[in-house]
Amino acid sequence: MRVALFITCFNDLLYPEVGRATVRLLRRLGVDVAFPQEQTCCGQMHFNTGYRDACVPLVERFTTAFAGFDAVVTPSASCAAMVRGHHAIVAAEAGDAGLERSVGEVAPRVHELTEFLVDVLGVEDVGAEFRERVAYHPTCHSLRLLRVGDRPQRLLRAVRGLELVDLAGAEECCGFGGTFAVKNADTSAAMGGDKIAAVRASGASVLTSADTSCLLHLGGLISREAIPVRTLHLVEILAGGGAPA
Amino acid sequence: MVTQEIELNDALARAGIAAWETDLAELIVQLGDDLPSHILVPAIHRNRTEIRDIFRRAMGGAGRPAPTDLSDEPRALAEAARLHLREKFLRARVAISGANFAVAETGTVMVVESEGNGRMCLTLPDVLITVMGIEKVVPAWRDLEVFLQLLPRSSTAERMNPYTSMWTGVAPGDGPRAFHLVLLDNGRTDTLSDPTGRQALRCIKCSACLNVCPVYERTGGRAYGSPYPGPIGAILTPQLRGIARHPVDAQTASLPYASSLCGACFDVCPVRIDIPEVLIHLRGQVVRQHGWRARIGSDEALLMAGLGATFRSPRRLAAAERAAGLAGRFVGRSGRIGRWPAPGMLGRWLRFRDLRVPARRSFRAWWRSTGGDEGAGR
Repeated sequence: MRVALFITCFNDLLYPEVGRATVRLLRRLGVDVAFPQEQTCCGQMHFNTGYRDACVPLVERFTTAFAGFDAVVTPSASCAAMVRGHHAIVAAEAGDAGLERSVGEVAPRVHELTEFLVDVLGVEDVGAEFRERVAYHPTCHSLRLLRVGDRPQRLLRAVRGLELVDLAGAEECCGFGGTFAVKNADTSAAMGGDKIAAVRASGASVLTSADTSCLLHLGGLISREAIPVRTLHLVEILAGGGAPA
Repeated sequence: MVTQEIELNDALARAGIAAWETDLAELIVQLGDDLPSHILVPAIHRNRTEIRDIFRRAMGGAGRPAPTDLSDEPRALAEAARLHLREKFLRARVAISGANFAVAETGTVMVVESEGNGRMCLTLPDVLITVMGIEKVVPAWRDLEVFLQLLPRSSTAERMNPYTSMWTGVAPGDGPRAFHLVLLDNGRTDTLSDPTGRQALRCIKCSACLNVCPVYERTGGRAYGSPYPGPIGAILTPQLRGIARHPVDAQTASLPYASSLCGACFDVCPVRIDIPEVLIHLRGQVVRQHGWRARIGSDEALLMAGLGATFRSPRRLAAAERAAGLAGRFVGRSGRIGRWPAPGMLGRWLRFRDLRVPARRSFRAWWRSTGGDEGAGR
């Protein structure tokens, strides 16, 4: 099986350690993952902010970069949802039948990391150890666009030493929302503040999720308020490298 | 709701006609010289002490005054409203109503409510005028069954609502002597012509989307600047105001962006309106109508243009990442940028949250030098 890593522009620039942890985990599970250098961005920010014309070359680039792979794995539920749910819309609007065909071939092969682990590789215990109390924030796009269900929690529960705590109001949005975070900054921060309060009440020392975009927002609020909670992408726990280097 | 959409009360007032709301919550809103904040519970932003004060202050100017010793007990408030409204029902010569549904095969119009005030409004005055959006019409009675179940279950969690009034013209010896039906378009046909946006017209005004929306929960309904608040208002109002055809006012243009796209609204919608999809679609229309060029002074348009060009080439992206990594080392030595009165989007981020700085070495750069092997150098 030829497997490619879609790092996402966000992780590439801001969270390269998430990419490294993904590679480490996949190799440990026997997957020889490739990184096509032609990849850039899925176009979600432009699409969701209304700059739809700008998405066409990005969708073209995505389908070219990942053509021919059996599976594309990404440590971002949000970007996986953009590719699987919206690339076809961009291609249809562009009126490009060739692009629509390529999207039809590539997009369904894109898997969010926990989907890939549980559905494609068929593993829940990835052999990780992590001795902390962890709160899991199910991000909106993992929950309501991809419908990953409890796959992330199943993976986390199988991690040795890890205590998964209940998070009140877990399924409510953290308030990031892409450009929403700066267009409606006070509403976004109010939503994030409530999420942080729930994390504090849970007694967790680590907050994790399947999207670093939400963690950038929540981590920024945590850092501003100097709360003793670390944010980690789920894969950093699963790869066994949870402690800071 | 629909009379508020066309600002009927204001027009009647200008014509010297006093129009009084008969729905209890709408009465509270009207007497308080206020705006509704919820589709089903228009006065949800008022507590009972405020309602008592509004009744004491304003009822006398509108008809039968509230007792001077009125308490804020719900029973006492309801009784004051009942006496005030009964007197109005017996005096009013003309009633104006909206409608929840209409059945084309028999020409029957229908109002679904919880108070009984609607039924008095529909039956006591001599003349009844109903103003109804054209999207309320269903073809036949058999089509109504599903809606009469969906609406109360999704709005008040009742299996059936307390009062369902239906009328087909006038009946001799009972109810109004004359009935006029106003079918309102007001942007609905234009909305119907948009294959993505038209699903908003399926709305049965149950307000389930408001009740789960984290944005509505924090801003309240009046922030939406229209009688239709919450997620459904954010997709309905811009379309009724013609966003697909011409630039709209700034408040209306901001509505499609009043969402984190969390999708909770779509999950609960009983008529499967994909609200996030329509929001994104309307954002495209905002950018198209107002234009990249019109917004070129905005840092958003510059950012979108800059990133759009960067993402078109992996080499440009790699160079931008190197530059960002270098810049990050200067501005945020601790790995993050803290409080800083930056302008524009960055400032709006930093007002509430710290910002993690770009990595010194991007993933792309790390892969190029190591081939993805963590043992290979650093």
